[in-house]
Amino acid sequence: MASARNLDMSWRRFLRHRLALVSLVVLVTMAILIAFAPAIETGLGLDAEEVDLFARLAAPNPIHWLGTDELGRDLMLRLLHGGQISLFVGISAALASALIGSVLGLISGYHGGRIDAAVMRFADGVISLPLLPLLIVLAAVDPVKLGFPEAVAMSESFSVYRIIAIITLVSWPTVARLARAATLSIRHRTFVEAARAQGFGATRIMLRHILPNAASPILTAATLTVGNVILVESVLSFLGLGVQPPVPSWGNMLTGAQDLISEAPALAVWPGVLIFLTVIAFNLLGDGLQVALDPRHPTARGDSS
Amino acid sequence: MVGFIVSRLTQSALVLLVMSFLIYVLLGLMPGDPIDLMIGADPDVTAEDVARLKALQGVDRPIMERYANWLERVLVGDLGYSRLFSRPVLEVLVPRLAHSLVLMVVALVLSLAIAIPIGIYAARWPGSWTDQLINLVCFAGVSIPPFWLALLLILLFAVGLGVFPASGMATVSDGGLLDRAHYMVLPVLTLAFAGIAGYTRHTRAAMIEVMREDYVRTARSKGVAEYKVVWKHALRNALLPVVTISALDFGSLFSGALVTETMFAWLGMGKTIYDAVMGNDYNLALAGLLLATVVTLAANILADISYALLDPRITYRVERRG
Repeated sequence: MASARNLDMSWRRFLRHRLALVSLVVLVTMAILIAFAPAIETGLGLDAEEVDLFARLAAPNPIHWLGTDELGRDLMLRLLHGGQISLFVGISAALASALIGSVLGLISGYHGGRIDAAVMRFADGVISLPLLPLLIVLAAVDPVKLGFPEAVAMSESFSVYRIIAIITLVSWPTVARLARAATLSIRHRTFVEAARAQGFGATRIMLRHILPNAASPILTAATLTVGNVILVESVLSFLGLGVQPPVPSWGNMLTGAQDLISEAPALAVWPGVLIFLTVIAFNLLGDGLQVALDPRHPTARGDSS
Repeated sequence: MVGFIVSRLTQSALVLLVMSFLIYVLLGLMPGDPIDLMIGADPDVTAEDVARLKALQGVDRPIMERYANWLERVLVGDLGYSRLFSRPVLEVLVPRLAHSLVLMVVALVLSLAIAIPIGIYAARWPGSWTDQLINLVCFAGVSIPPFWLALLLILLFAVGLGVFPASGMATVSDGGLLDRAHYMVLPVLTLAFAGIAGYTRHTRAAMIEVMREDYVRTARSKGVAEYKVVWKHALRNALLPVVTISALDFGSLFSGALVTETMFAWLGMGKTIYDAVMGNDYNLALAGLLLATVVTLAANILADISYALLDPRITYRVERRG
């Protein structure tokens, strides 16, 4: 278990990583704005879903701060609602990958042998595949043929959960590899041997003794995964295979933008800016965590980064 | 070494086999049905005709049997007909794979040519403000959505300045080499961008490590000029593995190319797979995905082997357990 002193030192190293700190501030601000989207909506007296064909592609004005889209909907509110979906997808898929990856990584690292070989060969297989073509096929699968009732498959939020599921399917191996490596490095340390000598079961040793010591790489990987998932989600949604309209996501808001690019460049700019900011913030945050949580990291000692 | 190669080959063959089955099953789960698509436009077809057609095409057989049949035909080189193009699948795929490779190779060469000098420069003074700036730009490079970068480039260079075409591969009336190059500029830039970021970071890390080695200190202490130490002594050792591995990282290149090709209407593999999946062209989608997997797996094996050959510290012993 990391002691209070260790945590304090990590926190100070994190504070020295200025870019990570800025990223944290950016993400928290964004999360607050997104969380208050409904309040902002009522405050401005607007409805994000309201179509107004007489106010198509309006320029920014006192009512619509960022203007309107091709159906006359308020762009700023759509961006906030889209952010809700994109962040939800990113964080959920990253958490699910971290969970599956940690469990499988711990088990295969601790037990070794056939289980280890099977899990790791499977992970290698997934990692060595052409990712995007595979995701496109997975996203194109008809849920009704998989046995989902029509009502569920047709519901608005189904595409959101589907995208979380398929991205998780391809992103857990990265976490599993890291968790396995961490487990291997501490499996034979004295405190683990001591716990085993006391007769504790494998599950207890893995959860109470190994997991806390493998938490840093898992946390770092999970943070980096959030950024990656948001990026992949935006690509799939942009291609029309991710989150389905009318549910907005930053990716699917850009789908129509290419055709309207000379009339309404703002539509092509804003969602992209937000995706870019969020992804780079999560990546820098992950970098900061890596430096802060690993005392042996070269940039951790003294000199700034 | 031979054992290493054999074991990697067997492993990849296994992955390929599993993958081919998975793709086959998954494509069968796409919306629609080949027979329904076939008869879609004909009102005279009766229910018996449908059943007969299904039996004729074998769609009513169990999935394992259909897969086995399909695999048997693939192994003798029969990939079937493309529904969208009404031509044999191979005739559609081969030129498109060539288009993709042209795009990918040009982007790869460009990104390495830009990334290596920048990476070396950053590694000279680690922690300096230029190094930090380069680091930040690299983070930006891997964080930018590729399709959005394409949109921005189109907005700036095609819509705004009007200097490069927004999509396509050549002007119909022209089609000369210069004309084609003109059309390639924006797709290549889009594809190269993420590559530059990645390769710069690889180069920087490898150079920093090598510059700490004893032989570099020896070279310096016997008075070899600094530029010679960097460009001759250090670079050779730092770069060979980096370049090899980066160059063979086809998996991510393929993914990047899919988006880029779709955005710029570049008729390559990625766009073909996307169009085939969206247009219910089973045979084409199957063959395209399979080809993409083969190319990626082959590149992975080559990367592993050359890495083992180039870096004596890597053992080729088959890893049993950690």
